Amino acid sequence: MDGVTATGIRAHARIVARADGRGGTALPVLEGEGPLAPRRTRSSGSEAKVMLVGAMSGPLGGDRFTLGVRVEEGARLHVGSAAATLALPGQAEGEARYDVRLDVADGGELHWMPEQLISAEGSELYVTTRVEAGAGARLVLREEQVLGRVGERPGRLTSRLTVRAGGRTVLDQELACGLGAPGGWDGPAVLAGHRAVGQLVVVRPEFAERPVEARALGACAAVVPLAGPAALVSAVAPDALRLRRLLDEALTGLG
Amino acid sequence: MSRAALLVLADGRFPAGGHAHSGGAEAAVKAGRITDAATLEEFCRGRLHTAGLVAGALAAAAALGADPGELDAAADARTPSPALRTAARRLGRQLLRAARSTWPSSELDALAREFPKGAHQPVVLGLAARAAGLGPEDAAHCAAYESVSGPATATVRLLSLDPFDATGALARLAPELDRVADRAVAAARRVRAEGADALPAASGPLLEVGAEWHAAWPVRLFAS
Repeated sequence: MDGVTATGIRAHARIVARADGRGGTALPVLEGEGPLAPRRTRSSGSEAKVMLVGAMSGPLGGDRFTLGVRVEEGARLHVGSAAATLALPGQAEGEARYDVRLDVADGGELHWMPEQLISAEGSELYVTTRVEAGAGARLVLREEQVLGRVGERPGRLTSRLTVRAGGRTVLDQELACGLGAPGGWDGPAVLAGHRAVGQLVVVRPEFAERPVEARALGACAAVVPLAGPAALVSAVAPDALRLRRLLDEALTGLG
Repeated sequence: MSRAALLVLADGRFPAGGHAHSGGAEAAVKAGRITDAATLEEFCRGRLHTAGLVAGALAAAAALGADPGELDAAADARTPSPALRTAARRLGRQLLRAARSTWPSSELDALAREFPKGAHQPVVLGLAARAAGLGPEDAAHCAAYESVSGPATATVRLLSLDPFDATGALARLAPELDRVADRAVAAARRVRAEGADALPAASGPLLEVGAEWHAAWPVRLFAS
């Protein structure tokens, strides 16, 4: 960490998961600084588990966080977070940035299941998540955004999610919402007053041959096959709790 | 460039099949999210800044001569709903047929060979603009305008809305539409150096979710 400066905090974390040759997964790299602290927790079977612990609040205005995860061939990793990430306004000028890069090699498996990202009033955050999944890689990725704490107006949140699987981009989506976002973000084409929005991306090699069947879960959520070995669950909900319930049910439905 | 060619391409009567699609308005009406002229305007504004921006950039990039195959794949990645991907290809195929007969060109012929089932409509629109001697600004304006004119016309039928009110909403969106087209062209100009990742990826979750909900209805007035 470069420390706290007028331009905000710069912090970086990195996780590498590698098959240990005995049917388990080792973590030869597990490092983070300041607000990004990855901790190994109890493993189950061949899967290593990591919990991201927020050691400080943030990201605040002007902060720049980057997080890189690499799952090598044959390794299995589950990453969660101990609490929701709260984007807050900071003393530094400008928006905060949070860039997540996830690489899963052929035969590797990653469950990326952090808690919600909450956009507090007055905050400005641009978050990008970029996934590169090799041929034969498996992935479950959950992304949930909550616009404002209870009874609060949301800050400005822009979130881009790009997933490449087997050499092609299967998903590229950017959602911009909150004060100062392009018009219509809270209208009937985008969020229609819902305050929680989420996506679940599932990459499995077998989806190339047998894609999931598209299915609407009412007027607020859907499961769809992407143009590649991947499926997407998209949902909007009045609050975080109901969003999580929708995504959990949809994931169970994928088997 | 010919201003009149732009009018021909952008004319709602251009025989490209757009009238059969509501751009998500039918689902939004049924869900009770579009109920009057004001909510129609908000729907169109949201669609303009998401699907409209993306379509505008794809069309502008095609008009600039970017590889249609690469643009079509980028459109797939930006359209998670398979119902919308199918609709976009069907519209693309119909537009290509009309455009080839209106402005014969070897590029349009090549596109038809590469995509027998149809390419995404904005990609075809951009190449049609190119064949008509139009530029990326024209293509982006056309695509962005279609992103709002379709839902507005459909809502007139769905809600028996006063057509004057629907047209008023479109007119109020015009300055924003110009800005969206400018952004679309600026992004499209970066494609040559940076590839299709430079294209915007703005999305409206309810447009995507609503399209799947709509596709499952046994009876509906519009195809999408």
